[in-house]
Amino acid sequence: MAIETLVLGAGQEVGKSCVVVNINGKRIMFDCGMHMGYTDHRRFPDFSLISPSGNFNDALSCIIITHFHLDHVGALVYFTEVCGYRGPVYMTYPTKALSPLMLEDFRKMVDRRGEEEQFTSEHIAECMKKVIAVDLKQTVQVDEDLQIRAYYAGHVIGAAMFYVKVGDAEMVYTGDYNMTPDRHLGAAQIDRLRLDLLITESTYATTIRDSKYAREREFLKAVHKCVSGGGKVLIPTFALGRAQELCILLDDYWERMNLKVPIYFSSGLTIQANMYYKMLISWTSQKIKDTYSTHSAFDFKNVHKFDKSIIDAPGPCVLFATPGMIRGGLSLEVFKHWAPSEKNLVTLPGYCVVGTVGHKLTSGKPTKIDTDPDTQIDVRCQIHQLAFSPHTDSKGIMDLVKFLSPKHVMLVHGEKPKMASLKERIHSELGIPCYTPANNETVSIPSTHYVNAEASDTFIRNCLNPNFTFQKCNSVDTCNSTLIDRNLTPELQVEDERVVDGVLVMENNKKAKIVQRDELLLMLDEKKHEV
Amino acid sequence: MKFTCLSKGSGFHFPPCHMLNFCGIRILFDCPLDLSGLMAFSPIPTSLDALLFEESNNNEKRHKIEDLLDAKSLIFAEPWYKTVNNLHLWNASLIDVILISSPMGIMGLPFLTRRKGFSAKIYVTEASARLGQLMMEDLVSMHAEFRQFYGPEESNFPPWLRQEELEILPSVLKDILLGKDGVESGGWTPMYSAADVKDCILKIDTVNYAQEVCYNGTLVIKAFSCGVEIGSCNWILDGPKGDIAYLSSSCFFSAHTMTFDYRSLQGTSSLIYSDFSSLSDAQDIEDGDNNSDPTSDTLLPLSFQDLDESSLNSDENLEEKEKLVFICSCAIECVKDGGSVLIPINRLGTILQLLEEMTTSLEASAMEVPIYIISSVAEELLALLNIIPEWLCKQRQERLFAGEPLFAHVKLLKEKKIHVVPNIHSHQLLTNWQEPCVVFCPHWSLRIGPVVHLLRRWCGDPKSLLILEDIVNPELALLPFKPVAMKVLQCLFPSGIGLQKVQPLLKTLQPKTVMFPEDLRLKTSFSCEKSFSVSYYTEAEPLKVSCQKDSSELKIAADLASQFYWKTFKKEGINVTRLKGNLLMENGRHHLLLDNNKKTSESNSSLVRCGLADYNKFLPALSEMGINASIELVKDDVESQNVCLVHTKEPYKALIEIGNTSTVITTADANVASILYKAIDNILDGV
Repeated sequence: MAIETLVLGAGQEVGKSCVVVNINGKRIMFDCGMHMGYTDHRRFPDFSLISPSGNFNDALSCIIITHFHLDHVGALVYFTEVCGYRGPVYMTYPTKALSPLMLEDFRKMVDRRGEEEQFTSEHIAECMKKVIAVDLKQTVQVDEDLQIRAYYAGHVIGAAMFYVKVGDAEMVYTGDYNMTPDRHLGAAQIDRLRLDLLITESTYATTIRDSKYAREREFLKAVHKCVSGGGKVLIPTFALGRAQELCILLDDYWERMNLKVPIYFSSGLTIQANMYYKMLISWTSQKIKDTYSTHSAFDFKNVHKFDKSIIDAPGPCVLFATPGMIRGGLSLEVFKHWAPSEKNLVTLPGYCVVGTVGHKLTSGKPTKIDTDPDTQIDVRCQIHQLAFSPHTDSKGIMDLVKFLSPKHVMLVHGEKPKMASLKERIHSELGIPCYTPANNETVSIPSTHYVNAEASDTFIRNCLNPNFTFQKCNSVDTCNSTLIDRNLTPELQVEDERVVDGVLVMENNKKAKIVQRDELLLMLDEKKHEV
Repeated sequence: MKFTCLSKGSGFHFPPCHMLNFCGIRILFDCPLDLSGLMAFSPIPTSLDALLFEESNNNEKRHKIEDLLDAKSLIFAEPWYKTVNNLHLWNASLIDVILISSPMGIMGLPFLTRRKGFSAKIYVTEASARLGQLMMEDLVSMHAEFRQFYGPEESNFPPWLRQEELEILPSVLKDILLGKDGVESGGWTPMYSAADVKDCILKIDTVNYAQEVCYNGTLVIKAFSCGVEIGSCNWILDGPKGDIAYLSSSCFFSAHTMTFDYRSLQGTSSLIYSDFSSLSDAQDIEDGDNNSDPTSDTLLPLSFQDLDESSLNSDENLEEKEKLVFICSCAIECVKDGGSVLIPINRLGTILQLLEEMTTSLEASAMEVPIYIISSVAEELLALLNIIPEWLCKQRQERLFAGEPLFAHVKLLKEKKIHVVPNIHSHQLLTNWQEPCVVFCPHWSLRIGPVVHLLRRWCGDPKSLLILEDIVNPELALLPFKPVAMKVLQCLFPSGIGLQKVQPLLKTLQPKTVMFPEDLRLKTSFSCEKSFSVSYYTEAEPLKVSCQKDSSELKIAADLASQFYWKTFKKEGINVTRLKGNLLMENGRHHLLLDNNKKTSESNSSLVRCGLADYNKFLPALSEMGINASIELVKDDVESQNVCLVHTKEPYKALIEIGNTSTVITTADANVASILYKAIDNILDGV
């Protein structure tokens, strides 16, 4: 028995997560993402490796999507509607609710750029109809032998780690996760399981992050300083996730400091997203959940809808504008207007891809930026970079691996050199074999297998007989210590190791049976012979 | 396995209560309160009532006037609450697990959790726990009105529970207080406090549908939706000795909560059928002078095998929809005439549907009538309903995916079409109050809560309308408000498995044995049923059902199994091996894993030996070891069996007695003994 893992995406890289696992005859695809860095065939995973004939329905038992980010769900519509996969697709309720927004947003962007469209709005709607929504910890019986279960992963709303069991073989695929809670989400949570394989992300394989609190304060201070000086703050961000987190932070701060400066949301998408967040409050952090009845955390008091006419309106304001990284769209337009004034502030949350304006701003201190061949912008505004990340750091990964103690670990969704160093750590510190396959590579590991047998009542009962061993504790060492200390050390240590004599009997054409020694003689119809 | 039905309950608000002993674990199913018992008490008296009561008390001679029931015969005291009487016979500390199947089943739990020595693990679905908590808090806050009125209780034993007082009560009230058999007075207890509720909720472990939780490593417990109320569920218990499904009242169709997931209950070895709802269905609902909405469970003969669900559901759906439309049309008529509509209904599903239906019909008829919801927990409840999409039916979930609010009340609240206030004298209500209006408020018993005050206001108004839940004795419910001039409409909604569906359902579920209520025996016939056996249970009588398996399953790790040293017995063709490993109980299954601990692997000698020690083989074996021996056959008189004495001289001196069932080695040297022991061991079949 073996578990075969074929990595179609996110092998030694970040982007287009897609792992196909063959476990006791069941084939499961974890995530079906697209690569944002490519526009050619490399954008999607190479599905032909799953089934050269293109018959994906027989080749796969199910697809599991961990969260709504495009590098995890982006290729799903293409796979179901264009490639023709008709089997079940599982994701959590929030992922099912929010994925269409992300996909639609992406489709529109492709449309605007005038590129060839991979799927249509109808495709997205059709695809989502095939999705089966699951709740956390719910054990879903996909078919007779295949069980899946979602665990809370933090990261973004609805993100989940998935546990899969086929026969006696068990494994977990984490997707992206966060081991520390943030403003609106809790930390990842999982049961202690007996795993053969753990496939984990490793975005921050070597980084250890400090407390988030200091960086939050720094951010608030920068924003406050800017608006009190009459400046405008531009926060280019994606519609889902970071926008809500920062907005909770700001709204809360506004309340405390009694600020009246307006906060704007640029896109209808963000406002629409808040609607979803309000209904999905049980997937957020405990603190937010507790206050749902009196005041929903996503009912932002100081937030208004943005209108393009107020770009040049006088007075301070804060604006959340899409898309992130100042890739284009409104965030770029506003940037052009606001950048020349030194009173203003641009805050860049998170990572910026090479080639975007956001990346140019974070690398060095440019005074002039060419947005296109004809336009050059004077940049005199303040730049503030926020190093928030909803991914776990290396300590978190090590903690999870240690907690689950699987028989094998596989790293995906990370950069090659960092993965190699984490692999070494897992191997040397925890003694667990670790793999870092590249894209389109297959790794095979052995899986657990149990032999079934029946156990007789007498045997089980005898197992429960207590078998105490008492050990007197040597109290000499504690003589010098204080009285309280001595009281803490037990004088008598009791060990209860229950031992029973069991015999396994295999009779021809019968199921293996475990009996207690006295029963054996009955079965064999023999007399006992004492010596 | 032992099963005892503690109470078969009655209706939607008082679900059944059972005790099960399975795999040595004592499990309690539900802990409800019989709130219909409140009807024996008078609602908070008005000043006029109080005067009358004083008078009647002063008259002293209160006789037992049979069947002459009037408002004065009710008990004028702070109400006590009726718990499941049989539950009091159990020591609370002996219960291991409590499974709560619905928000209604949690209502009596604080009485149990506050008892001394209580240590049971309580499993409730998350939604049931939150709804149940709100319902209990509401009850406590409504009850506070009584406490304020009557003041602190004087003694631990209320005067109305005294024998002489009970004697003079009209029979209807006596039945409520003492039960039909006259033995239930022990079930009465004073109200719990808000602190008790809080404490009770803290002791709860919440689960999701289809989540596996494991009690003590032995029993795997799973909840599956049953479609009656948000969060309500059926259970599957899976232990090493087999599995049991617990089927509570279940609905195939629901307009608010997730529907009955019967597929997940398939194929268990036993099934406890605990849906008593068809018991009351079959009872004739007295029409009286009430304008009651007829319910007929006329369903086509079903073929479950075809699973023609869509038509089945739409049938039920249609019927329910028709009733709602009828109720709303009555309400519209009423407000058109200038009367108000009072809806003291506590069934969440009915309220939500009525609310949606009512607002659309009001809009359609272009009427500007305010709708009030008066309850201390209404605001929180309505907020809660909009954040639990995982617990709702398919249609509501679709709304989540479309980005719309799950229930219409979110929009209605924003548009100020409905007003939610905590109580009747809240400032917000007084400034907004406008008649005619539609009011939703607790409590269905018509004894506590805002309904009492509003009913007093409107009961004399023939233009107004009261919409009642399915109450067994509406006559009694309305007693304190007599004479009632307002129109009364009683509405009935199914809350369980219809009788016709029982057999096809059980056939689909394919259990091996079914525990079925004796009370429903005559109404269903399993006589021609071959696929499962049926045992009938009655209230308070333990039913023993034999365990399905006499041995438990054990899983041996493959790496351990490959190390087994098998020994074959010639005669029987049986392979035998000794086991060495760590035995582990996890998720209701035994596992035997490889043991790397050296400490336990010291003893190498055989456990048991059997067969005859053949002395003809023994001598050569000894001489191989360089031991000379001689044999002497002796007849043992006492046991009349042959004993063979073996004497060895060189190099050791020893006497070995070989009998049919035992061998005794006598020697001065322990080393010699162990050498000889090994020699004998070799010629016997040892394991």
